[in-house]
Amino acid sequence: MAKGLNRVPVREQEPKVRATNFDEVCLGYNKDEAVEEAQRCLGCKNAKCITGCPVNINIPAFIAQVKEGNFEEAYKIIGESSALPAVCGRVCPQESQCEGKCVRGIKGDAVSIGKLERFVADWAKENGIKPVPAAEKNGHKIAVIGSGPAGLTCAGDLAKLGYDVTIFEALHKAGGVLSYGIPEFRLPKDKVVAAEIENVKSLGVKIETNVIIGKSVTIDELLKDEGFEAVFIGSGAGLPMFMGIPGENANGVFSANEFLTRNNLMKAFRDDYDTPIAHGKKVAVVGGGNVAMDAARTALRLGAEVHVIYRRSEAELPARAEEVHHAKEEGIIFDLLTNPVEILTDDKDWVTGIRCIRMELGEPDASGRRRPVEIPGSEFEIEVDEVIMSLGTSPNPLISSTTYGLDVNRRKCIVAEEETGKTSKEGVYAGGDAVTGAATVILAMGAGKAGAKGIDEYIKSKNA
Amino acid sequence: MYKIQEAEMLANNIYRMVVEAPRVAQHCLPGQFVIVKADEEGERIPLTICDYDREAGTITIVFMPIGESTKKMKDLKAGDAFMDFVGPLGQPSEFCSEDIEELKKKRIVFVAGGVGTAPVYPQLKWLHEHGITADAIVGAKTKDLVILEKEMSAVSNLYITTDDGSYVRKGMGTDVLRDLVQNQGKQYDVCVAIGPMIMMKFVCLLTKELNIPTVVSMNPIMVDGTGMCGACRLMVGNEVKFACVDGPEFDGHLVDFDLAMKRQQMYKTEEGRALLRYQEGATHHGGCGQCGGDK
Ligand SMILES: Cc1cc2nc3c(=O)[nH]c(=O)nc-3n(C[C@H](O)[C@H](O)[C@H](O)COP(=O)(O)OP(=O)(O)OC[C@H]3O[C@@H](n4cnc5c(N)ncnc54)[C@H](O)[C@@H]3O)c2cc1C
Ligand SMILES: Cc1cc2nc3c(=O)[nH]c(=O)nc-3n(C[C@H](O)[C@H](O)[C@H](O)COP(=O)(O)OP(=O)(O)OC[C@H]3O[C@@H](n4cnc5c(N)ncnc54)[C@H](O)[C@@H]3O)c2cc1C
Ligand code: SF4
Ligand code: SF4
Ligand code: FES
Ligand SMILES: [Mg+2]
Repeated sequence: MAKGLNRVPVREQEPKVRATNFDEVCLGYNKDEAVEEAQRCLGCKNAKCITGCPVNINIPAFIAQVKEGNFEEAYKIIGESSALPAVCGRVCPQESQCEGKCVRGIKGDAVSIGKLERFVADWAKENGIKPVPAAEKNGHKIAVIGSGPAGLTCAGDLAKLGYDVTIFEALHKAGGVLSYGIPEFRLPKDKVVAAEIENVKSLGVKIETNVIIGKSVTIDELLKDEGFEAVFIGSGAGLPMFMGIPGENANGVFSANEFLTRNNLMKAFRDDYDTPIAHGKKVAVVGGGNVAMDAARTALRLGAEVHVIYRRSEAELPARAEEVHHAKEEGIIFDLLTNPVEILTDDKDWVTGIRCIRMELGEPDASGRRRPVEIPGSEFEIEVDEVIMSLGTSPNPLISSTTYGLDVNRRKCIVAEEETGKTSKEGVYAGGDAVTGAATVILAMGAGKAGAKGIDEYIKSKNA
Repeated sequence: MYKIQEAEMLANNIYRMVVEAPRVAQHCLPGQFVIVKADEEGERIPLTICDYDREAGTITIVFMPIGESTKKMKDLKAGDAFMDFVGPLGQPSEFCSEDIEELKKKRIVFVAGGVGTAPVYPQLKWLHEHGITADAIVGAKTKDLVILEKEMSAVSNLYITTDDGSYVRKGMGTDVLRDLVQNQGKQYDVCVAIGPMIMMKFVCLLTKELNIPTVVSMNPIMVDGTGMCGACRLMVGNEVKFACVDGPEFDGHLVDFDLAMKRQQMYKTEEGRALLRYQEGATHHGGCGQCGGDK
């Protein structure tokens, strides 16, 4: 099959089995499979795949090393551009990024770049290969707010340059969405997330959890009283949106954030943890993004029949293709071109159902996607005992409202320069979802890198 | 880790702890709360800040064990530590940002119910330190549940009442408030009510009748406490509010208490199961079919 039109298939847990556990769905390539898949890469001179990767990993170069079995060399090449390869290999929307541009994909399957990246990162972990700390500390103190992909990457890059970096995290655990949002079955917490965080710590980065910037201490105090010379804000976009329809405050209606946080951060799916979670029998998840897929597949694993309710058609589902595919295999029911209008309740205010209306696609809207419009008189009811709202998120105003001179735009996103992360306030840089609104891990990571570069230039120019 | 300096039982089943948390102690004001987590497996439990010492870097909490997580907490002793302790969360009481001279003109009454006495204390203390002595009505079920009497009477005009009449007088906090206003000629510009939701609801019904603007401190179920999950949402004047960031204090005449009380029951069955596991400990076998322990 080497060099064939089809990619080397990746081993996965059987859908029936995995629907009842929280172990990782995709088992990844082994050495032989990775080398075989690597053979399919043509090593293009003008490699289109690189342009599809937001951090421009030198894909043909690392794959060439995989072909030869030089996994450590491959890891180094990826490491030049990415700080979290074990994460990105698992969660990047590859079909619309690197793999979407691969020439192999014109006729046949694109090279499995993500799976190869994941293999290399996992191999490096198993073989104890760690990033190299800076030879010399330069004595400059930098504060990083938030320990998601943006913050971790920025902190890691600055530490490698010799800075004395402290990350402040509001929650009791580091990782941002990687810890509280994306479930175990897609991104194992101990094996992958905790290991990535350990890597960053091994570079000398300190992480202080349980510190809410804007409440426990402000940015101005960090700069004035605690000796930090610059700050990077990577606080994410964590505020949940609701629809504003009747019944939305009933018992059994949750934001995806609450549902996933209870399950992932608080480990409610495990008997030895104290935090409770609702075990619905029949659950409606409203929305069609990665977050909706994660909530749906989590509810399924907790024992429910799950309906994903999405107002556009399958082609517009914003979730990664692989997640939609996995969700279907596991038995998630998709009610497409459907929009909720009311949540129905009993006399104790518990959810008993959801009233929906059918939609059809009309003219394209500002986003270029065809706008869904209601079909009059097409209302119908689905009986459910739990509803999970997964309609997107917006940035938390806690920091912007307590930091003097920090500009935000009308969507409450912090305004920052793309190449450097520079904000309207001197010495303050920002990146990731806090700047762009909810986006992707790899974009947040790229913004963390840019911020580190911007801060390094700032400190150097100040001390020149 | 956040070390516990002092731990004591204040009254029958009400506990007080002084915990080292310098960042919280440095920045907190009356009305704000913390979230504590006892250990790795623990739940995140919101508790009002009942006192603070900026120099010593400590926060005082007072709580009543009601479910598994708070029961686990009561077993902690001086010298032990909370794994996590974060804050200050929520908005400070509105008077903290009011003009002091304007505030001095106001006649303020506090109505505290049960363990709600504890969060009232720092507010009275703050006012007292700013030259204002408010009236405070404390209602407890019975004599054994009256807490902080000495501390409270040092910073307020204290009126105590017990449901069963076992101490000072018999009746509810609302009875005392009605008596003060209707029989003793007291007039108030503001009422602050803190306690169980049902008690706050009845105080608000009365103060609406007596035409006294009323502030309540809401205690819905929470997870993160930073606005991220929406578990704490309430209806206040037909608007959705998140208690952890918009509150916890709200205009009591606008709060939909019936909805809030229903929402507070959300995890009851789940918690009942966890409670069974806790009480039976290693002897729990899960055969009863009630607790889910054998699933
Ligand atoms: C359920 C879910 C599934 C997703 N799936 C995918 C996927 O498959 N692929 C993909 O590429 N992307 C996915 N995303 C999006 C991706 O996770 C985010 O774009 C990315 O995590 C953003 O990174 P960040 O570092 O900017 O912010 P976050 O990861 O949100 O981290 C921000 C951190 O800052 C902390 N913080 C916030 N405010 C403060 C404060 N005031 N003080 C201190 N700390 C603070 C937060 O607690 C958090 O830990 C998903 C998102 C969710 C929610
Ligand atoms: C802002 C805020 C401040 C608070 N301050 C204090 C305080 O100073 N002292 C104190 O003793 N308690 C306080 N509480 C309540 C305290 O957080 C709860 O008692 C605690 O979370 C219960 O946890 P548990 O697991 O032990 O009980 P659970 O088993 O979770 O609950 C037992 C019973 O109480 C109900 N319940 C669940 N959560 C809450 C809640 N948040 N409030 C009230 N009832 C609840 C449940 O429906 C159940 O019937 C506060 C709550 C909030 C939101
Ligand atoms: S980081 Fe993401 S986009 Fe870039 S090569 Fe890896 S999987 Fe592809
Ligand atoms: S475009 Fe495809 S075949 Fe060409 S170098 Fe990139 S991965 Fe290899
Ligand atoms: S507790 Fe999560 S939003 Fe308030
Ligand atoms: Mg509990």
